[in-house]
Amino acid sequence: MLVAIAFILLVVISVAFHLWSPWWFTPLASDWGTIDLTVDITFWVTGAVFIAVNLFMAYAIIRYRNKGPDTARARYEPENPKLEIWLTVVTAIGVAAMLAPGLVVWNDFVNVPDEAWEVEVVGEQWRWTYRLPGEDDQLGTSDASLVNIKNPLGVNPNDPNGQDDLIITSNIVHIPIDKPVKMLLRSKDVLHDFAVAEFRVKMDLVPGLVTYIWLTPTKIGTYDVLCEELCGLAHFTMRGKVVVDTQEDFDAWKAEQMTFAETQAISEGNVAVGQALYGICAACHGQNGEGNVALNSPKLSGQADWYIAQQLHNFKHGIRGAHEDDEFGKQMAPMAAVLADDAAIRNVSAYVASLPPHITESSAQGDIERGMDLYLTCGTCHGMAGQGNYATHSPKLSGQEDWYLTRQLQNFRNGVRGEHRDDLFGPQMRSMARMLRSDDDVNDIVAYIGTLSQTDQLAPTTNERGQ
Amino acid sequence: MAYVALSDRGQALSHPKSWVTKYVWSQDHKVIAIQYGITAIAVGVVALILSAMMRLQLGFPDSFSIISPSEYYQFVTMHGMIMVIYLLTALFLGGFGNYLIPLMVGARDMVFPYMNMLSYWVYLLSVIILMASFFVPGGPTGAGWTLYPPQAIMFGTPGADWGIIFMLVSLAVFIVAFTMGGLNYVTTVLQARTRGMTLMRMPLSVWGIFTATVLGLLAFPALLVSAIMMMLDRLLGTSFFMPAIVSMGEQTEYGGGSPVLFQHLFWFFGHPEVYIVALPAFGIVSDLLSTHARKNIFGYRMMVWAIVIIGGLSFVVWAHHMYVSGMNPYFGFFFATTTLIIAVPTAIKVYNWVLTLWQGNIHLRVPMLFAIGFIFTFIHGGLTGIFLGNVVVDLPLSDTYFVVAHFHMVMGVSPILVVFGAIYHWYPKMTGRMFNETMGKWHFWLTFLGTYAIYLPMHYLGFLGVPRRYYSYEGIDFIPESALALNTQISTAALFVAVVQILFFVNIIWSLFKGPKADGNPWGATTLEWQTKETPPIHGNWGPELPGVYRWAYDYSVPGAEKDFIPQNVPPAPGETSGT
Repeated sequence: MLVAIAFILLVVISVAFHLWSPWWFTPLASDWGTIDLTVDITFWVTGAVFIAVNLFMAYAIIRYRNKGPDTARARYEPENPKLEIWLTVVTAIGVAAMLAPGLVVWNDFVNVPDEAWEVEVVGEQWRWTYRLPGEDDQLGTSDASLVNIKNPLGVNPNDPNGQDDLIITSNIVHIPIDKPVKMLLRSKDVLHDFAVAEFRVKMDLVPGLVTYIWLTPTKIGTYDVLCEELCGLAHFTMRGKVVVDTQEDFDAWKAEQMTFAETQAISEGNVAVGQALYGICAACHGQNGEGNVALNSPKLSGQADWYIAQQLHNFKHGIRGAHEDDEFGKQMAPMAAVLADDAAIRNVSAYVASLPPHITESSAQGDIERGMDLYLTCGTCHGMAGQGNYATHSPKLSGQEDWYLTRQLQNFRNGVRGEHRDDLFGPQMRSMARMLRSDDDVNDIVAYIGTLSQTDQLAPTTNERGQ
Repeated sequence: MAYVALSDRGQALSHPKSWVTKYVWSQDHKVIAIQYGITAIAVGVVALILSAMMRLQLGFPDSFSIISPSEYYQFVTMHGMIMVIYLLTALFLGGFGNYLIPLMVGARDMVFPYMNMLSYWVYLLSVIILMASFFVPGGPTGAGWTLYPPQAIMFGTPGADWGIIFMLVSLAVFIVAFTMGGLNYVTTVLQARTRGMTLMRMPLSVWGIFTATVLGLLAFPALLVSAIMMMLDRLLGTSFFMPAIVSMGEQTEYGGGSPVLFQHLFWFFGHPEVYIVALPAFGIVSDLLSTHARKNIFGYRMMVWAIVIIGGLSFVVWAHHMYVSGMNPYFGFFFATTTLIIAVPTAIKVYNWVLTLWQGNIHLRVPMLFAIGFIFTFIHGGLTGIFLGNVVVDLPLSDTYFVVAHFHMVMGVSPILVVFGAIYHWYPKMTGRMFNETMGKWHFWLTFLGTYAIYLPMHYLGFLGVPRRYYSYEGIDFIPESALALNTQISTAALFVAVVQILFFVNIIWSLFKGPKADGNPWGATTLEWQTKETPPIHGNWGPELPGVYRWAYDYSVPGAEKDFIPQNVPPAPGETSGT
């Protein structure tokens, strides 16, 4: 009896939960309203079956439950072919009613309209990059074997169609409203999945294949791109944005992007010019980039040029050192602003990377064994020897001084660093730093990093890796 | 020499001579069943604890959680694999299959008792290998239970060094164990039924277990070959599943393989696997409902055909797990159609369970509560399957919490409710004692309502678009604070349900020593296992004479009969026209 009442209540609660739940599909931002319609049809058919069968069952239990020795015997009825056939037919009709519209809409999804323009989405552990066709409206060929530090998307340098392709190494892409777009999906390493909840459509990126989705964006706005196929440890930090723009805004954004040919023509940082620029840095960071704890200036020597350049860029543009609690970052921001342009940043970074390694003693106090276990997560991006990795945009950690590592980990933990919306990689570290639940965790990891070899594994520089 | 049917031959049983041969190296199907059961449940408890750690992270990321992202993915993987393979498959087939098949078909034991014993010990070995992966450098694999390459064997995924190898070896060993057991179950059902036990008189439990075993024997080889191929990719540098790729900025030596090929192989196994778990549950729940409603199962023949048809169709629907995998999208038309067709025989089963209750005489005892609780959760989980099976509806929902909620409802909660119901139902036969009814009822209510509090709201996270397999969710604009609060509620319910399982363990262990003595047929059931002379049945089951079978398994409340049930081994009364 109780169980029958429970069933009735659960049916009522389920329906009520559905009606008053604030959690439902995000507002649609593409023209895939037909998908939402198919979901609705499925919902009403299955919802009716859910209510009807469960209420019938509850009624049967109430009516035919055993009420003591006087209860009537059950009816002996092995089968009832008429009823069974009738139920089968009704079920088949219900199923067909859900399947048929589903297949019609799927047909729309599979067949991309001819007028759709193409944009390529490239996934890698753990970030999104994009490529747009240039003037010729055609993407050049590409191959994973051509990937290197200067050609992160593996565009074929000998294909004339690819020279004017726009290379977007930010995780943010813009698309114009009301124009059907076919997104070609490609992966450099493992499976990923390009998913934008507001667009409804998603598809895996498969290395070795080019897959696709298509849609017509219908609402101006910025939408989260999530990776929805498990792609390794930092899967949950593989985020991006797609911005739906008016045609004018889109054109303006597009005009700012670099073509493949332009990215190939960027000159290497000039060490000699960089040395002159470094003069101002040396005041705090030391002549040889050895750092100065008294001035809260970290050691720079041994760090790779791409990382120095990236951080200078962030300081210069108010992405790092802008948080009100980032006391020392705020001091660095005006210093970076002195560097006139990207070329200046590249030059000084090249000089820093050329400085001789400077060995420091770690004085960190912590449980090294525990730190080693925790470091398994860190080492996935930063390298198991803490050597850093350009591909994951993770700086070298080995040899970095303990006070600086501790402070930065605390900054990431507390949201002082990595919260800025334009910070491409900081939020990933911010998410990872959530695993540090106590000061002990931080100290143990820093103590373990202090035991890593400082000289054996230098982070590669652009000059070495770009060959 | 004239041919003698296997069931009529005096089977030479190797009777135990010592405690060790009776309880350890036993060839008695009942002892082996209990060994399988205890091992499976023990490893299931490990998986339950892993899920509690995951729920702490999802519900309380900044307060009570103690796991890192690496551990999160490792626990996700191990939880899934243990629950699906090492708990549910092993428990339904190795546990219930072993216990019930010989008793229900009137055999003295499995046809190959020695191989049956080996099957258990090899299974135990696979469990030990799996558990050992917690202690290797880098820990167990964190590739997700689907083990998709390339990431499963590449740097960047936890356990890509050792964990994945232990996982693949353990699976291969498990498949060896399953094959030895499975051949036994199939042969026993086909060859060792007692006189009169025609196929269409078999209880539905046997039909479910038998069909599931056939599915397993056909499906597991696909997993075995994919495990071997992945092992070769990992250890010898072949490229079955590995195209030319870059790993952490470095070119690899791989080239020419296909990650999608692995997914086809995996799901060619993985989809039938769903029914390897579900069909025994379907069968067992049918018998529980019929017995405790004192009514024949409604539409027996339709039920048998539904089991067989679902089993057959389960081999042509696998790619509905792959709608967004990047396979040729035209496959979507075929697989959506086959998948929705399978809903028809499945719905018929549900109707027939409910119609079995109709005009019954329903005794709401503990096993019955679990059985009808199953109908409720299975309806819920089955209907959400129609969402995911319909290719275009799957697009927004795939890889979200809707999927997690769906498969936990349909192949987590539902089969587990049947497992509990079945354990309570056969407990008096297995131990000779009754369990504590009150504690059993509390166990049902807290588990049933608790799991619904976990999974109903979880579907709505999926509608919102919250992705699965995320360690944390900060910084996603479309996920509001309220969704994270909902996660906290879900975690609370999950931890609650995990803790109340203590009631089950206390009950079955306490009752083993202190429970009132049970009569040989306390529920008044018709099937043969309740008609043994001794309870629990002795080695050889039947004494000198095998039982003969004269009727189907569902003669409950036959008009004019003295009692409201007639066991299968009771000959027809004079003038009785037995229909089946």
